[in-house]
Amino acid sequence: MKIAQKSIKFILIVALALFTSVNYAVISDQNHGNQNDGGRVNTKEEVEAYILHHIKDSHDFSLFSYTSDEGERKHIGFPLPVIIWTSEGLVTFMSSEFHHNDDGHVIVEKNGLKFAKIHSKIYELNKEASEVTFDETHHATNAHKVLDFSITKSVVGVLFIGFLLLFWFSRLAKQYKTQKIPTGFARVLEPLVLYVRDEIAKPNIGEKHYRRFTGYLLTVFFFIWTLNLSGLTPLGFNVTGQLAVTGCLAIFTLVIYSVSGTKGYWMHMIWMPGVPVLIRPVLAIIELAGALLIKPFSLLVRLFANISAGHIVVMSLIAIMFTLKESLGVVGATGLSLVLSFFITLIEVLVAFLQAYIFTMLSALFIGMAVEDHAEHH
Amino acid sequence: MYNLIGAGLIVIGAGIGLGQIGGKAMEGIARQPEATGKIQTAMIIIAALLEGLAFGALFLGK
Repeated sequence: MKIAQKSIKFILIVALALFTSVNYAVISDQNHGNQNDGGRVNTKEEVEAYILHHIKDSHDFSLFSYTSDEGERKHIGFPLPVIIWTSEGLVTFMSSEFHHNDDGHVIVEKNGLKFAKIHSKIYELNKEASEVTFDETHHATNAHKVLDFSITKSVVGVLFIGFLLLFWFSRLAKQYKTQKIPTGFARVLEPLVLYVRDEIAKPNIGEKHYRRFTGYLLTVFFFIWTLNLSGLTPLGFNVTGQLAVTGCLAIFTLVIYSVSGTKGYWMHMIWMPGVPVLIRPVLAIIELAGALLIKPFSLLVRLFANISAGHIVVMSLIAIMFTLKESLGVVGATGLSLVLSFFITLIEVLVAFLQAYIFTMLSALFIGMAVEDHAEHH
Repeated sequence: MYNLIGAGLIVIGAGIGLGQIGGKAMEGIARQPEATGKIQTAMIIIAALLEGLAFGALFLGK
């Protein structure tokens, strides 16, 4: 029985990983809603453009697209609302009005204002202009960016994961009211919660203060982890690979450890005791830069770079089947890319956990430094 | 051109650093297997800090 269970598990894992790789392949083969729309991804330049397009946030949620027999481009997915703040106030419309155009050729007119989408950014055209003109570096000359509050693909990802976590954990919490041991999926979550509390929060923050911060650490851990994992599904979210998202998370940590820092922590930073007076201002500059800039910056860049790099590697390995088609043959190139992307996807599953763990761990460490009692020194 | 050389230097430096961290952690674990958990945690934290530095430099030099 046990052996059977184990082999079933193994088969399931393999099937899941294969499914993920194959789906990616289908997407990268067909979904190319970029400026060279209509063509297939074949050359290195097209692959590069496709990958860079995937890494960026997008205004519509496209699952895949294909060219029909009549040579027409079909997109499967759903449009998302565009909400922008312009000189004339709030303007909203659906992103489908751009017809998947991404190089500013489709102009949408709303409230007497004209909008175009260029490289996943919404531009407002000047009053007299009727179409976007570009200079030689491909910057729009007669249009400017607007404040964009759109529900983009990443926002959908954040909302989806947020509600999912809310649902899972409120159910877990509710179960403790009636029974000692949770049932169902909550049984998977309980040891993870305990792990974050006992292995991350307690040793780094200390027995005395850890309770106050466990909530934040748990939220950050599960938020990053589930978002990282959702990035490995064929939905193609790249939420934790957006600088805005990781920057926001880093600012949360910065605010929390700055606000909860004790008097001793700040005194040690601004006016270090036990050091010659002349050196104190120099130390203060270094310490302040470290605490207020370098710590959050390293948190921000680490998560962003790891997840983006992971996505780029997975998609590049899948692209082998197109770029090496001539030299290895269709079967050879497909087989090579399947094997490589299969194993790199498994590594990415590990990285997804590791990055969530490291972000939480370092947040706990920084908080622990801020709240520890300095009285016992010197 | 120069930023590519810089990126290469960053990766070489980070590689040497990670090798040192991993190697020393292995030595530590071999000497004191009962401290494996603590050594691993410290190793991951230092590796993460190093990685953050390397990524930061790559990001700025891009």
